[in-house]
Amino acid sequence: MKISSREVEYVAHLARLEVTEKETEKFTAQLNDILLYIDKLNELDTKGVEPMSHAIAVTNAFREDKILDSIGTQQSLSNAPDARGEFFRVPKVID
Amino acid sequence: MDFETVIGLEVHAQMLTDTKIFCNCSTKFGGSPNSHTCPVCLGMPGVLPVLNKKVVEYAMKMALATNCIINKSCEFARKNYFYPDLPKGYQISQYAYPLAEYGYVLLDTNGTQRKIGITRIHMEEDAGKLLHDEHNPVSYVDLNRTGVPLIEIVSEPDMRSPEEAADYLKRLHEILVYLEICDGNMEEGSFRCDANVSIRPRGQKEYGTRTELKNMNSFRNVQRALEYEIKRQQYLVENGGTIVQETRLWDDAQGVTNSMRSKEEAHDYRYFPDPDLVPILVDEVWVEKVRENLPELPLAKRERFVKEYQIPAYDAGVLTADKALANYYEEVVKLSLKPKVASNWIMGDVMRFLNEDKLDIRRCPIKAESLADMIRLIEEGAISGKMAKEVVEDMYKTGKSPQDIIKEKGLVQITDEGELIKTITSIIEANQAQVAEYRGGKEKVFGFFVGQVMKATKGKANPQLVNELLKKMLAG
Repeated sequence: MKISSREVEYVAHLARLEVTEKETEKFTAQLNDILLYIDKLNELDTKGVEPMSHAIAVTNAFREDKILDSIGTQQSLSNAPDARGEFFRVPKVID
Repeated sequence: MDFETVIGLEVHAQMLTDTKIFCNCSTKFGGSPNSHTCPVCLGMPGVLPVLNKKVVEYAMKMALATNCIINKSCEFARKNYFYPDLPKGYQISQYAYPLAEYGYVLLDTNGTQRKIGITRIHMEEDAGKLLHDEHNPVSYVDLNRTGVPLIEIVSEPDMRSPEEAADYLKRLHEILVYLEICDGNMEEGSFRCDANVSIRPRGQKEYGTRTELKNMNSFRNVQRALEYEIKRQQYLVENGGTIVQETRLWDDAQGVTNSMRSKEEAHDYRYFPDPDLVPILVDEVWVEKVRENLPELPLAKRERFVKEYQIPAYDAGVLTADKALANYYEEVVKLSLKPKVASNWIMGDVMRFLNEDKLDIRRCPIKAESLADMIRLIEEGAISGKMAKEVVEDMYKTGKSPQDIIKEKGLVQITDEGELIKTITSIIEANQAQVAEYRGGKEKVFGFFVGQVMKATKGKANPQLVNELLKKMLAG
């Protein structure tokens, strides 16, 4: 096995996903298949091939440093599950 | 046991661009909460970030000013973690391929230069601000700061004492402000520092376990926090405890560091290249264009001041700590042609006034031109150095020219020989005993006569002339 159910649970937790035991089992098997396939790709000799991080051959897409209107506080907050005054409101976080 | 301290610093500096790093919202500090936001910096689904070119150029400036190698190609990565000040659930930063690497900053301590290595400089976005409710279990989120451009400057673990760390930090700060790419305001958080610190028995090669210190918002606090933390680590080691690798927060009021605990697992950031942002290629032409536009940097200015103006290294250090102060000094020198005298007046009286009022040289009521005029008036003998002390204080208080103040206060020096001879004659007559002493070889008494003349003339006599006349007349 390339991946254990414990690792799947850990990754799910990092992504704040709740998964049932059954789902964990299913995802472990699926992820295992994916990783095995990656192993197959690794058999290919890529010596001398530059690693690539993007599928398109575009570089240097820039923007000028010019202020445009923001959308304003009211609109910014309009999708928020909870807000108060001009702020988003969230459960208390302190550390 | 004799321990050696090992310190490395991570500095975050906000770039002085008008807009955020990936959208056109304003970076202005102090706007009403969430007013500088848009779908991009709010992290709405389906939006695309586009890189602000100026951020790259500013970061390149810093890279060149700290002797880094700028990578021909670099890219952005996502740093994944959940926190309410980060609406997307990841911070766009640089990871495997940063903008620049392998630089250094020179520290100059009493003529001994030491290199502090820079591991890397990369670009990233700032997070928002949280306000915690004191009575209810909620926090309030302001996302104005989300997406404000930052550069992170990571040093090698090259510093060996808290003083050295503070010195390095001051040099970095100075360079950023000289380059005009960061306002350097530590209280408002536009210049922030985290410190990694460990100790090891002197002579040991391996590093000890380090702790990371956060929440220090002044140079002094960085030094204090490091001093405390080193003592804490030494105490632990000497008493059989173990140092835990962790993040600790500096508590300014208590003067201690406390473990931050929690979030241990959250350190798994799962970086990966951001597919929304394409790679950045920097060619030699671009680098040279940025290099050509670099201003004179603090260290170069310091060395030039010593050479060109023949002032002590200490003076040059003080005068170049702030670019505006250095410009002011150069202006005064240009107009007065007296580099050392100008340095003395600026470092002495002018800076004392400014410090008392917590004013910046930019807001100094004494214009460089006026200070130069005053220096010229002393040189010409129109006023004495003692009078000048009074004049300069008035210049600061009123912003008037020295000529006007001298006229108003009637502070004209007595340079009329006849008048002074009269005064000296009567002083000699009244102090025959001292005259005899002087003529008998006790030259120290000369000072007494100078004092008497100054007293009689209320300090208005030209000192050179007094000396000359006294010497002649006392000789008998």
